[in-house]
Amino acid sequence: MSSVTYHKLAGQSVRFYALLLLLASMLGGGLFSAWQMEHHGHIITGMNNHIVWGMPHIFAIFLILAASGVLNVASVSVIFGKEIYKPLSRLSGLLAISLLIGGLSILVLDLGRPDRLIVAMTHYNFTSIFTWNILLYNGFIAIVLVYLWFMMERRMQPYYPLAGKIAFVWRLVLTTGTGSIFGFLIAREPYGTALLAPLFIALSLVFGKAVFLLILMSSCYGGQRELNQRVIIRLKNLLAMFSVTALYLVVVYFLTFAYFEEQRGVVRFFLFEGGVYTALFWLGQIGLGVLLPLFLLYHPRLGQQLRVITLASVCIVVGGLIQLYVLIIGGQAFPLDTFSGMQVLSSSFGDGQVHAYSPSLWELSLGAGGVALALLIALLAMRIFDILPACVSEEQIPTF
Amino acid sequence: MSETHADATPRRQFLKYAAGVLSVTVAPSVLLHTFATAESSEPVSAQRRWGLLIDTSKCANCSACVTACQQENGLSSEVNDTVAQWIRKVELQQPDTGKVTSLPMLCQHCQQPPCVDVCPTGASFQRADGIVLVDKHICIGCRYCMMACPYKARSFIHEPLTEQKAHAPRGKGTVESCTLCVHRVDAGELPACVSACGESGNKAMLFGDLNDANSPIAQRLKTEASTALRADLRLQPNVRYQGI
Repeated sequence: MSSVTYHKLAGQSVRFYALLLLLASMLGGGLFSAWQMEHHGHIITGMNNHIVWGMPHIFAIFLILAASGVLNVASVSVIFGKEIYKPLSRLSGLLAISLLIGGLSILVLDLGRPDRLIVAMTHYNFTSIFTWNILLYNGFIAIVLVYLWFMMERRMQPYYPLAGKIAFVWRLVLTTGTGSIFGFLIAREPYGTALLAPLFIALSLVFGKAVFLLILMSSCYGGQRELNQRVIIRLKNLLAMFSVTALYLVVVYFLTFAYFEEQRGVVRFFLFEGGVYTALFWLGQIGLGVLLPLFLLYHPRLGQQLRVITLASVCIVVGGLIQLYVLIIGGQAFPLDTFSGMQVLSSSFGDGQVHAYSPSLWELSLGAGGVALALLIALLAMRIFDILPACVSEEQIPTF
Repeated sequence: MSETHADATPRRQFLKYAAGVLSVTVAPSVLLHTFATAESSEPVSAQRRWGLLIDTSKCANCSACVTACQQENGLSSEVNDTVAQWIRKVELQQPDTGKVTSLPMLCQHCQQPPCVDVCPTGASFQRADGIVLVDKHICIGCRYCMMACPYKARSFIHEPLTEQKAHAPRGKGTVESCTLCVHRVDAGELPACVSACGESGNKAMLFGDLNDANSPIAQRLKTEASTALRADLRLQPNVRYQGI
């Protein structure tokens, strides 16, 4: 595989500049939203004292999970020795960094005081899983940068597998940390479970793989490069397998709640009585995000078509965003059990009630801006560096 | 000279009167200030642990505590999802017996506060005497403490504020909650809600030092049954309730 040659993204086309302009506009919109939120306060968003984390967090967590999962392609190559994926390792590493930067930018710009980022970087409370995540995220970016450098620098080739192994372990810990942001919240019933850590790892593999497939296929669209269909088929098989794994963990998640009488309210809320959250769960998370893509990916004929694989990946991305909406917004909308065993007759602060939330355009724009930043970084890096492999012919691929 | 002398007399008299007026008006303030300073200059120590005992059987259908808190700390009396509420009245009913209870809900000033544990910068902190506060200078507005609090005790400031009180600084983009009127407690006074509850005649709230075995609150807690909200979480709140 040492004969693999890498190319820059062809950047002379109208399509390239149109995409650049689109992403820049989205990023501009996101920055403008952040400025509005900073200027007027969060009053202009749909977030309030009950739903304290909103759409920005959904986009941010999606990107952070996808960043971790997207590195899986490089990991499979270096950890499990699957040489077929080696040519894609550079793209895998680049996307891991760009998606994480996009996600973190959203989180930072959504802060009540984004101007105090320096405080977050200089004051650490080590009992906070947030603090650990700040270190894990920054460490991840540094490690994957080194990993990328080792991959791209001929002199550093001997060390590249070691860097890959460190990055693999780091990203598992990182996603455990992201899941634990919610898993450590004892106050909120839908969150307080250690199962969220492995669930988030599974979700990261699903989201990362779907995003990787979409970007890989887009990078070849209209370019001089050709897709190696066998690689795509292998990747889509992995995607389907990860999707089944994540679904299994979602089932186990609800089974653990269903087992204990006092926690069955969570199951009733999300699966049966939660109104919009129940509808989103069944139609969006399960129907659009899991069942439809699984049908498409496992269909003997449809599952071989690139267009169908693209559609399945899009479904998984949209379904994944809906899944995070159900978990993050639904989890906060679910009433806190502050007065155990008592019925709340009246409260000026929404005690005992299912909380309402209507995301504002500012929030959506901020989230979309983060996505645009991630893609813009990836696009420009692909244009500047030799990231993308040239078409690998079938003969060059070893069989397994 | 006589003219000068004659002029000087009223001036001397004026100074004398002025000194008298000053001694009557300013001196008590100075003395009070000195008292207050003396109180607040004492380092906060773990020898004290401030707590509240709320007897819900005496908590009538009034909101004197809420109004007092709003006035004392410069909070809005408006009620909506984005306005801060440091204390609120909640009406509860036992589903089995139908018994209705009214109680004030505020920061429970936990001995094991989850808001302090999760705060990434350490802005949420607990004083040695048990009062849980937010350092507004290093709060970045991430709202993780609001996610972690099982009592919904915290509010986020969603828009610019005006007419703040000097003793209760607040800021857009930061999180806040009941301070147990720390400025009053440090000056040897009762929290505003407790004062107002007493003045209303209900006397449902008892404030004091839980570490002082002879304090009325410690005595009551020793001899009467009381409840910690969400005791199952073992956060050991310094606010306890009776009658629920």
